[in-house]
Amino acid sequence: MARVPDDLLLPLAMAAAAGLIGSITVMRRMTLASDAISHVALPGIGIAILVHANPTLGGLAALFLGTLLVWTIEYKTRIPTEAVIGVVFSAALAVGGMLMPGQDLIEALFGAPRSPASAETLLGLVAAIAVIVFALLAESRLVITLVSPDLARTAGIDVARINLLFLLAFALTVALGLQFLGVLLMGSLIIIPAATAKYLARSLRQMRIISVAIAMLATVAGTLLAPLLRLERGPLTIVVAATLFFASLMKPRHE
Amino acid sequence: MRNVLEVEHLSVSFGKTPVLDDLSFKVEAGSSLAIIGPNGSGKTVLLKALIGAVPAKGTIRWAPKTKIGYVPQKLDIERDLPLTGLEFLRAKANVAGIAATEVSRVLALVDLQADAASQPIGTLSGGQFQRLLLAFALTGGPSVLLFDEPTASVDEPGEEGMYALFHKLQREEGLSLLLISHELSLVYHFADQVLCLSRRRAWIGPPVAILTPERLQEVYGRPMKFHVHDGSSA
Repeated sequence: MARVPDDLLLPLAMAAAAGLIGSITVMRRMTLASDAISHVALPGIGIAILVHANPTLGGLAALFLGTLLVWTIEYKTRIPTEAVIGVVFSAALAVGGMLMPGQDLIEALFGAPRSPASAETLLGLVAAIAVIVFALLAESRLVITLVSPDLARTAGIDVARINLLFLLAFALTVALGLQFLGVLLMGSLIIIPAATAKYLARSLRQMRIISVAIAMLATVAGTLLAPLLRLERGPLTIVVAATLFFASLMKPRHE
Repeated sequence: MRNVLEVEHLSVSFGKTPVLDDLSFKVEAGSSLAIIGPNGSGKTVLLKALIGAVPAKGTIRWAPKTKIGYVPQKLDIERDLPLTGLEFLRAKANVAGIAATEVSRVLALVDLQADAASQPIGTLSGGQFQRLLLAFALTGGPSVLLFDEPTASVDEPGEEGMYALFHKLQREEGLSLLLISHELSLVYHFADQVLCLSRRRAWIGPPVAILTPERLQEVYGRPMKFHVHDGSSA
């Protein structure tokens, strides 16, 4: 078996996590909401930079708070979730933008070219594996819940709890990609491969495989081709993923 | 006789609109209760309250260790949701902690063909999808089945077969049934008790006592004819 170069290991693990979490996100019809939620990382990164803390951890903290907010609104209040997500999370992007100087802001939004420190790589791998294990173990419960929360209840599933766990796994996945892809583009790595897979797949198994494969392919292509083409890694990765999405549309729609 | 369900003073309202008001009834273990009534009388809401999906006042007491199988009237499923019937049933088996082989037994029981079960669930016909939902409810061996019959039954000829299946499950596995039905003649023959809901009040009793022409006229606001298999019409 060919050895995976060290600087591809974390991106591949992140891509696998993004592909799996993306499958569930797209099947839950959370495509737009999820993109907005990922924006909440920006003020967290901004505050972390201001106080000289690790930006990724700052982003992760903000993401956890943001997802807890979404979950609380959904289960404890009668406020329409859709509107709140639209307002709160775009405002978060604006607040984050005010907190940060130019170069930091660009890197936070679109990803940084530098490699992570080894401690960060290790933590990232642990987090990616945690997301992957969760996505596979909780898949049955997540799938029944997205088909019908009522059926999930009669199957003995704690619907509020599984939804919270899913949102936290989603937040962790976004945080994993902050350094590679940035606040604006990580949501795309979660959504685009899964949206492509949904178009092509006829079963959950196919959905899972195609989504992970496309996320990995785009990540590897972005990482390896960026230096050759003198382009930024993050945007190139997403352009590759989007190209695959449009290519998949060439396939006649299944009936 | 032991009761599988005891409901006391159950009330459900949406905002200020009462849907169910001070409803009390009991269901004996292994018996079948048919729930009838005109549109908007709260039949579906009652089932949802019983599974805890809508907030309700009053007492709902299931017998200890009751396992509920629920067949909803309809679900909004996208046509292109990449999930096959088999995967959906295996997910239930997985959550219930039972062997995946149980899935084929349940599919045979509800008479859903293997090639239909391997299609994405959003592409199934109304009748096939209802059988899949019934298979989902039966996976994991429920002790009570809650069945919400669609208003416009998609494949009419299948309906009587469904009731025959319920009867078999009841006889062989001691299943208790709570079913919303629009087929009064089937109710007359299969149900042990009938719960008749109207917007004003509710009646419960054996079919002979509840399905009287006068009561049905009062509840539905028009004469309801149904076929009693001894050759006469009620």
